[in-house]
Amino acid sequence: MKSALRDACLSAAIALGLFAPMVGLVLDNGDQGLVLRGRPIAAAVLVALVFVGRFGMHLWADRPGKEARAIRASRVVPAGVNKFVAPILLGAAIMLPLTGSRYYVDLGTLVLTYVMLGWGLNIVVGLAGLLDLGYVAFYAVGAYAYALLAETFGLGFWTCLPLAGILAAFWGVLLGFPVLRLRGDYLAIVTLAFGEIIRVLLINWVSLTHGPNGIGDIPRPTLFGLRFGMDDGDDTFAGFFGIEPQTVHRVIFLYYLIFALALLTNWVTLRLRRLPLGRAWEALREDEIACRSLGINVTNTKLTAFATGALFGGLAGAFFATRQAFVSPESFTFIESATVLAIVVLGGLGSQLGVALAALVMVGGLEMLRDLLSTIGEQMGSALFSGLAGDLPTYRMLIFGLALVVMMVLRPRGLVSGRTATAVLR
Amino acid sequence: MNLLSLRGVSTFYGAIQALRDVSLEVEEGEIVTLIGANGAGKSTLMMTVCGNPRARSGTIVYDGRDITQVPTHLIMRQRIAQAPEGRRIFGRMTVRENLVMGAEVAGHTDIAPLLDQVCDLFPRLRERLTQRGGTLSGGEQQMLAIGRALMAKPRLLLLDEPSLGLAPLVVRQIFTAIRTLNRETGLTVLLVEQNAHQALRLAHRGYVLVNGTITMAGTGAELLARPEIRAAYLEGGH
Repeated sequence: MKSALRDACLSAAIALGLFAPMVGLVLDNGDQGLVLRGRPIAAAVLVALVFVGRFGMHLWADRPGKEARAIRASRVVPAGVNKFVAPILLGAAIMLPLTGSRYYVDLGTLVLTYVMLGWGLNIVVGLAGLLDLGYVAFYAVGAYAYALLAETFGLGFWTCLPLAGILAAFWGVLLGFPVLRLRGDYLAIVTLAFGEIIRVLLINWVSLTHGPNGIGDIPRPTLFGLRFGMDDGDDTFAGFFGIEPQTVHRVIFLYYLIFALALLTNWVTLRLRRLPLGRAWEALREDEIACRSLGINVTNTKLTAFATGALFGGLAGAFFATRQAFVSPESFTFIESATVLAIVVLGGLGSQLGVALAALVMVGGLEMLRDLLSTIGEQMGSALFSGLAGDLPTYRMLIFGLALVVMMVLRPRGLVSGRTATAVLR
Repeated sequence: MNLLSLRGVSTFYGAIQALRDVSLEVEEGEIVTLIGANGAGKSTLMMTVCGNPRARSGTIVYDGRDITQVPTHLIMRQRIAQAPEGRRIFGRMTVRENLVMGAEVAGHTDIAPLLDQVCDLFPRLRERLTQRGGTLSGGEQQMLAIGRALMAKPRLLLLDEPSLGLAPLVVRQIFTAIRTLNRETGLTVLLVEQNAHQALRLAHRGYVLVNGTITMAGTGAELLARPEIRAAYLEGGH
């Protein structure tokens, strides 16, 4: 109790040192140039928050039953939550378009894209334990592969989808070769650089990629050859089924498309985990030397992990291209890699459900929070809430960081940390 | 017939020579131990047999075939199995998964009977099958490491310091298990040990390695009786 108090005081002192200049002092436009204005109350509130938060954290960590919790955490539990949460999420995902709200379906599509990317990266980072900071490169390869194939050869989405996946997997192997001997931080740096190389290449190879202007008019996907157009022709979805053409049809179709792709990713991952290859990935994460001494071909194991992860990144990229109908290097910055990696880590390395939950929270949660705040603001006529809602995107990174810190304290192994054993008695 | 023989093997780490012209024979059905001080090259010798690091000169012949240049993972699939130094079990995977890995990589598909055999040898593992490897005690982890190697149904088992950091009682259990295996299944064992007394009592024959060179060889009993062995490795302990 005493040590908790002392620690909280210390944290508050650090916070004071940080916030006094950063928040307590503001530069404003005065009558004659800039003036320095004090904001003592704002700084004091922040310091008080740090004090209370730190103190509360200690009380929480020292609550009774510490040992019992540690023992429970050491068992491999066939994550009990899986039984209820996963089917509920799945059901909700299937039903979502029935709400008919274009906004929610669009948001759902975005979330599912990140779920798929998270699951793809989970193979590399979560299962094989290869820290990849440049995953967005494969997303970009998939997107540009489709965009360029469609532009140059006039190929359709369904032809290009597997091609984009294969090309991305090929690039995954290409990245894999030079980094075979690297691990941990060194691997992270090289993959980070790889992600940037791809982006810089896309910007500068103007004759192929149109550089920063990007590639537009990418063909939309079709459903068994039926277009989603507004012109009521016989080859359109609406015309064929004799219904009123609506733009929301395509939105819903895209939603189910990414839903199917994400499920494919999940299914393949779950299958692979139960095969020798998947177990070899996990063993590689645990101990590379032991893998060698067992007779695992470490080279092949690493390369297949990179390739499989990249494959799904590429498929997601092709989907991204067809959904936006436009790709440019701007969409493939490092922040995308960081977001996907944060989703994987927050979700719990290797946990499929955890990744889905984390994507839902990180991508969908923020949008929902903004919604909620603006609704409250409207209802109450309060300028504070509306203002907060409007400013929320500005605070995105702050909320991100806060969420990561809170997670580190409460669930250092991620939302769903229980690992399901892959070898069970038959 | 020799199951494993090393002829004039030299191994380097970069410019540093770790093994000098080492020759050694292991006959089928034998327990051979390799004793020596810290840094003498015992583990290097064992790893060189596995091709990691590779011998720079000399030949390594296993079961009549030259395996000096064969890639590590292919060597390990020729019914050679290794329990590496420091156990190196897969901490976050269950005990069963750890064991299954051993059989799977060697290409065995009928895993249940193998699992049963290993659990009969180390009953403690049977109780812990669903537990994470990292939660086992040191002795149990060593049993798991040996068990994982045995799952490959090896002809030659390479054991690197199985007694490392274990209580004497546990060491005895493990050495008893090795002897049982050797007697009942004819398993050939190459055992690297610092615990010279126990190792020489267990082994049929032994080699002494000093600074990367083999300085003495003989039966376990002979070596135990040699005064210089007693002075260097046995006095003041055990």
